[in-house]
Amino acid sequence: MMYLVIGVTLLAIRAFTQLATVMQLSNALKGGEQEEVSDKDNRLNSKLMMAFLIFFMGFFVWQIMEYSEVILPEAASAHGKDIDTLWDFNMAIIVLVFVLVNCVLFYFASKYRNRPGTRATFFAHNNKLEMVWTIIPAIVLSVIIIYGLQTWNHITAPVTEKDPVKIELYAKQFDWTARYAGKDGAFGKTDYRLITDINPLALDTTDGNSNDDVITKGEFHLPVGREASFEFRSRDVIHSAYMPHFRAQMNCVPGMKTYFHFKPTITTAEMRKKLNKETFDYVLLCNKICGQTHFGMKMVIVVESEADYQKWLATQKTFGAKDAPAAAPADTTKPKMAVN
Amino acid sequence: METHAHAHDHAHGHADHHHDDHHAHEQSFWSKYIFSTDHKMIAKQFLLTAVFMGVLAMMLSIFFRLQLAWPGKSFPILETFLGKWAPNGVLDSNMYLALVTIHGTIMVFFVLTGGLSGTFSNLLIPLQLGARDMASGFLNMLSFWFFFTSSIIMFYSMFVETGPASSGWTVYPPLSALPDAIPGSGLGMTLWLVSMALFIVGSLLGSLNYIVTVINLRTKGMTMTRMPLTIWAFLVTAILGVLSFPVLFGAVLLLIFDRSFGTSFYLSDIFISGQALEQTGGSPILYQHLFWFLGHPEVYIVLLPALGITSEVIATMSRKPIFGYRAMIASILAIGFLSFIVWGHHMFITGMNPFLGSVFVFTTLLIAIPSAVKAFNYITTLWKGNISYSPAMLFAIGLVSTFVTGGVTGIILADSALDINVHDTYFVVAHFHIVMGASAIFGMFCGVYHWFPKLFGRMMNNKLGYVHFWSTFIGVFGVFFPMHFIGMAGAPRRYYSYENFEMFSNLQDINLVVTGFAIFSAIAQVVFLFNFFYSMFRGRKATQNPWNANTLEWTTPVEHLHGNWPGALPVVHRWPYDYSKPGKENDFVPQTVPLTSDEEDH
Repeated sequence: MMYLVIGVTLLAIRAFTQLATVMQLSNALKGGEQEEVSDKDNRLNSKLMMAFLIFFMGFFVWQIMEYSEVILPEAASAHGKDIDTLWDFNMAIIVLVFVLVNCVLFYFASKYRNRPGTRATFFAHNNKLEMVWTIIPAIVLSVIIIYGLQTWNHITAPVTEKDPVKIELYAKQFDWTARYAGKDGAFGKTDYRLITDINPLALDTTDGNSNDDVITKGEFHLPVGREASFEFRSRDVIHSAYMPHFRAQMNCVPGMKTYFHFKPTITTAEMRKKLNKETFDYVLLCNKICGQTHFGMKMVIVVESEADYQKWLATQKTFGAKDAPAAAPADTTKPKMAVN
Repeated sequence: METHAHAHDHAHGHADHHHDDHHAHEQSFWSKYIFSTDHKMIAKQFLLTAVFMGVLAMMLSIFFRLQLAWPGKSFPILETFLGKWAPNGVLDSNMYLALVTIHGTIMVFFVLTGGLSGTFSNLLIPLQLGARDMASGFLNMLSFWFFFTSSIIMFYSMFVETGPASSGWTVYPPLSALPDAIPGSGLGMTLWLVSMALFIVGSLLGSLNYIVTVINLRTKGMTMTRMPLTIWAFLVTAILGVLSFPVLFGAVLLLIFDRSFGTSFYLSDIFISGQALEQTGGSPILYQHLFWFLGHPEVYIVLLPALGITSEVIATMSRKPIFGYRAMIASILAIGFLSFIVWGHHMFITGMNPFLGSVFVFTTLLIAIPSAVKAFNYITTLWKGNISYSPAMLFAIGLVSTFVTGGVTGIILADSALDINVHDTYFVVAHFHIVMGASAIFGMFCGVYHWFPKLFGRMMNNKLGYVHFWSTFIGVFGVFFPMHFIGMAGAPRRYYSYENFEMFSNLQDINLVVTGFAIFSAIAQVVFLFNFFYSMFRGRKATQNPWNANTLEWTTPVEHLHGNWPGALPVVHRWPYDYSKPGKENDFVPQTVPLTSDEEDH
């Protein structure tokens, strides 16, 4: 098989070589080309420039129609809505620039083809024009920068709510664990040297704050309409906690804590109804390359009413409870491996 | 023979010799083709190495695209090439990450840095400046041999038992530091680091040489503002390289220490394989700062030469002066400067202080201004031109399109608030492949087609060039445009499969389209390879100045000679862009033609 492929390839190369030589010789017999690029080729490529523009813009529009359904649904968090608005604003500008500039580019590239006997216009510079297209982008960018930074400052400002849900996401190869601060509203201290099979989050058992911490795997719940204040930790390599429906993401870095907070605004049930999809779930995934099953790090996020949330939380075991550490449901995050 | 012998004598400074002596001076195969100190031969060496590495990196991308379009499906070709890494033809998930990593590394460093800058800086700096060679031919030779050795090591690393480096081309620790975290961080990663260290040495030797040559070896009359924009681009590129590559060298060195000597520059509080590591106090984020301090200028190290080449080709083939020559120089300088103060935009969500993030948003978005100026100036150069569509010109026009199309999405990614949700998704993959990957490779193709007659004394076939360009151009947008939508669906990059997430179940169709176009584009490159190698040996013989260009390289004889010009060095009297100047007989006036009494310098 291998030899056959190699043989056929070699023959094909040989055939093409002969063909190219014949073409070249026949061109030479016809008197060759006076110019390096023939008038015929110029006409052809000039037409292709316009044809490409039409194809390109058509392809662009086709994709918007065809693929807009795969795009994430509306943001399910308060700041996420701001991000979406900012996104639409920026998109409007860049789509306009993209379409206009490409149209002008290919139009010029098509129109001004070489015409024998004519000459190009000597036009080396024009300060006014150059000022115009320096200043206009500068103004547009100023608006983009200011609007963008306002949104960014708003998102990254400290938590204002008095009683946020305090939750920690702990990443390791290759799964997630969530920990709630519990009734006392404070996380127990941790030290990575304390990790054991029954204490996978390395909690300090001598710290009183640890006892009421609630640890869950597979899924975690958030109440709608209340700020969730996240802390992130990692056991081994860098992971990234990505919650696309909430427009939230933060890296989990070994050796340091990172933070993010958002307020969920749409419950899982409401989102299912909106999308008309009974099986829909919010998810947390890993978005920083972390090893072999990077693609399988998953946790389901359930957003529900405050009452349902409290009910669920009450059923979860605390770290200090007998037979600790935590009620770990069956590991639903085990990735599907390719069938070998 | 006459001119050849004459030049040879001249280069050796004994012009009285009878030309029959010539044969006694014939260079051996080794000194002519292998350990050459002639910049033109070194340029060819860089180019051929880059072509080989490019084909390799493209093949790797096809392998992982197969997995993404048909996850878990068996492809016998994968087993043929990858052996145990694709048992029964199904790609192993560690190997998937290795392919992604090596594809990125080779494309960014070996093809678009070494290949692009190495080839064209070497070829054009002495030729367009009127110099006999680089300032130091010996360092130049060393530069290539470091590059070549590092290429060999990178290639070899793909064959070690634990697989090549697999932690992404940015090799963030701790993943890249701990063999327990991923098998590729064993010997494969060691070889990656050694290869990169050698690559940096080669790059520095080259860059220093380029800078010295541009500053010191310009011929009489070649003032800085009479230099072609190619040279300006190569000069600034070399400066960026000299200032930023040493930082990567430092980053690589510290990583080697962490891996092999138990230091904790990047490691802290890690528990892996049932064991708590002793290292504390280090920061993985430190590595990212160091890496991106090179990594972002690197984007422009890749792009600027492409933009320089395009400037030259667009002007020549439109038969018009490049519009806003001084603004183009200013843009190159502004981009070069700004590229050093934007690296943090790769790190908005690492836990970096949000205020610091704001600063990087500001500086990053500023780069859009000189970039916009460049794009508009290109377009204005086309306006009322007299365009000859050589394959090089097509690639130059293609570059302007990819530069703009990929550039505008940079505005989204530079906006930290928006970056939160598309960071590390396919939106980023789409963005940088179009703006950096496609643009730079188009610049490289543009250069190859345009200066092929100068490199090999023969012409490439135009018809095949057209087939190559149009299919590649369609292929590039076919591959990378749909990726924006995959990214907006929230799909992370570097995922072996998306089957674990129901939310990505509707992405399979798009991935099929992408892979289809990828295979189509790969086949299009076969057309190029055929044209390239065929023309090298059997292409039509080139004339001295096939494109009727103004720059000095076209005043050298077609036949290569050591020292470039058979007689005295040319003297420059004007800028390189006097195309279609009113009152002139021809539509081009070479730089060596003196200004007439009624003419002013540009």
